[in-house]
Amino acid sequence: MTGFSRRELLSGAAALVLGEKLVAAEVIGGKLPFPAGSAPLPGAVNPAGWRFFTPAEVASIEAIVDRIIPPDPQTPGGKEAGCATFIDRQLAGGYGHRQGLYILGPFQDGNKQQGPQSEQDPAQQYRAALAAIDQHSRSHDTAAKTGRAFAELNSEEQDAILKGIEEGSVELEGLDGKKFFENLITDVQQGFFADPLYGGNRNMCAWKMIGFPGARYDYRDWVSRHNEPYPHPPVSIQGRPEWNPKS
Amino acid sequence: MAQKLPHMDVAIVGLGWTGSILAQELTDAGLNVVAVERGPWRDTAQFPPNYAQDELRYRIRHELFLRPEQMTFTFRNKMDETALPIRTWGAFMPPNGVGGGGMHWNAETWRFLPSDFVLRTHLLKRYGAKFLPADMTIQDWGVTYEELEPHYDRFEYLCGTCGTAGNVQGKIQDGGNPFEGPRSRPYPNPPQEQPFAHTLFAEGARKLGYKPFPQPSGNMSRPYTNPLGVRLGPCTYCGFCEWFACANYSKASPQTTILPVLVRKPNFRARDNSEVTRINLDPTGTRATGVTFVDTEGKEWEQPADLVILSAYTIFNVQLLLHSGIGTPYDPRSNQGVIGRNLTHQTISDVIGFFDKAKYRFNPFIASGSIGMCIDEFNGDNFDHGPHGFVGGGYMGNVQTNGRPIETTPVPPGTPKWGAKWKQAVRDNYQCTIKPGTGVHGSMYSYRDVYMDLDPTYRDRFGRRLARMTIDFHDNELKQNAFLTDRFAEIFKAMGAQQIQKEYRKGPYDITKYQTTHLCGGAIMGDNPRTSALNRYLQSWDVPNLFVMGATAFPQNAGYNPTGTVAALAYWSADAIRKLYLKNPGPLVHA
Repeated sequence: MTGFSRRELLSGAAALVLGEKLVAAEVIGGKLPFPAGSAPLPGAVNPAGWRFFTPAEVASIEAIVDRIIPPDPQTPGGKEAGCATFIDRQLAGGYGHRQGLYILGPFQDGNKQQGPQSEQDPAQQYRAALAAIDQHSRSHDTAAKTGRAFAELNSEEQDAILKGIEEGSVELEGLDGKKFFENLITDVQQGFFADPLYGGNRNMCAWKMIGFPGARYDYRDWVSRHNEPYPHPPVSIQGRPEWNPKS
Repeated sequence: MAQKLPHMDVAIVGLGWTGSILAQELTDAGLNVVAVERGPWRDTAQFPPNYAQDELRYRIRHELFLRPEQMTFTFRNKMDETALPIRTWGAFMPPNGVGGGGMHWNAETWRFLPSDFVLRTHLLKRYGAKFLPADMTIQDWGVTYEELEPHYDRFEYLCGTCGTAGNVQGKIQDGGNPFEGPRSRPYPNPPQEQPFAHTLFAEGARKLGYKPFPQPSGNMSRPYTNPLGVRLGPCTYCGFCEWFACANYSKASPQTTILPVLVRKPNFRARDNSEVTRINLDPTGTRATGVTFVDTEGKEWEQPADLVILSAYTIFNVQLLLHSGIGTPYDPRSNQGVIGRNLTHQTISDVIGFFDKAKYRFNPFIASGSIGMCIDEFNGDNFDHGPHGFVGGGYMGNVQTNGRPIETTPVPPGTPKWGAKWKQAVRDNYQCTIKPGTGVHGSMYSYRDVYMDLDPTYRDRFGRRLARMTIDFHDNELKQNAFLTDRFAEIFKAMGAQQIQKEYRKGPYDITKYQTTHLCGGAIMGDNPRTSALNRYLQSWDVPNLFVMGATAFPQNAGYNPTGTVAALAYWSADAIRKLYLKNPGPLVHA
């Protein structure tokens, strides 16, 4: 039982080389393929502009994220923290289109414990929901002569609609409003707490609010210092603003 | 038409923990071994600590895991319901790629109790047959703790497991788990230092008369060189362990313990991005001739081999056996057949403790994957179940692994889910709340109507029928969980929590709620081919040149994390292959 030559095995794999890049079954042996640091770093979101939302949707989603996480004297709200930008980029990307998920049919409704079974992806759900929220806002507006869009309502009025969707008393045409709302608050809060790389949590405002030090990785000096405040400011994957002075 | 590759002595399906262990052992025996792995090659150094700490990417969007579009399952609670596909992972997280779950686990490295391996015999003797639910299908394993002990020991020394021994050669040790089976020697490394909240839990447990001990851990408390000469570095408590890869070489993984040695051997090769679709049989159906796999371009390959080791994730093993026509599929109506039988998971619950923010600052972000102080008074049959009307149990402890803010920003019961009050509650409670996560780690025993078979409707990308899981909680497990969760909450009270939130595990089983990735069973080991798919050496009763690794072989699940036992069984099986099978290839047990 002897070993076998690497060349012999690679001859099979050679057929799989497309251009210069190995795209398929690779044969590994003899040494570790050692691509240190080779997990691709996701590109940081450029906060300018919108990739998914239309101008009307931008007005709505910015109003919504500021009600899910309202501003207060110490910490910005969802809008200033970039939560709408976060959701925009997520919907324009893999999340919006269920990249990697199982999306073969048939689609049928199950019970709650069987998990999401919608034929619509998150991008389609947001498009339908924001239109339905505006439609509801305009058609139920008793205070103004021409019904106002959701973004034009005051905070109390906005909260009343959002609470109605959450509880199911406000129905959204074309989708399950209660389920959408659960996903919505999850997305907003994820944007608030995720690394600023993704467009939300601007200036690490959410991490400063709770005292989370972010992408630091060595707490050996602190593990036994029980009940003491950790003194160092947060760091994101891109570092700290002081480390990357804007030219 | 599959392209035929040169013959090999051994084909291994899946290069995670068990595939790596078997490859290491069988190449040492001089065999030519090829491992075929569905996912990509991965080294933990690909995920350096300047951007591995990305909660959204790895925890929320599951980047290191199998994508459901590649393979998923259908799920239902009851036999008369329509199963629907799991479109995004929830209750468990199937791994993908070299290292398997060993890449992104927390590295809790437990042994099961001696009584766990003879469970049916033990419980019948102590409580009588009437005490067990009529549809409970628990069995003895066919292997004992004493037989597995040297193999547990081998895995712990491979990994550099950190902990305090509770029982060395029958002598109970202070500070360890007094309920554990006797171990031949102490752990190779001392436990890690415990953060504040974990220490507080231990104090609370001691006040109630329990004996807390550090959770056995594969996160290094100090630099360690294992018996293969592979070195691990000390853990830095970064709080990004489970769901993440450790570029620090501080977490025991195939990459940090075996692969650097294995991959340099001239008689070992791995093929990545290659999914095995079938174990091939000869015309008699009693001998495997190798495996067929498909690469990422859809090209089909045939790998002939004398010996096939099936070492994918639990339920993928079952699925591949069903697709390959090996063994008799289980039928719950007739109670006949073995493939798919005795599927189990875990019964997990939690208690969240809210403390006075003026007095407590826990810094929850300072943690490692298997940090924690635990008690074992309520595991297995460590207590008299007579008055309680259920069997089984679990360890419990403060095993909080992180303060990552998407996942770990608990708010007191009654807080709105959004708005100004929610925001204030998050701010007020982040630093003074203990949320262990999997605080009560309970067993799940097996039942006649909890099983796997092939779904009639849904297909994978190759057009194969998806495997279908039929699984629900039974009263025995729900009673167990209520009892354990209440005991756990009493410890939080003793710790001084102002407000306690009990998160009991309630039925029905929910595929969207994460418990653990500890699915077990489906091709279980035992001493009778009518009620088990594998003999005591993990050898298929039907196809003797096929051995099936993993928790697939567990007849039922105990109240511990399974990896230590999975690895001990892999070493036990490899030992039998080397010492018995290779000398005389054929059935190692005659039924």
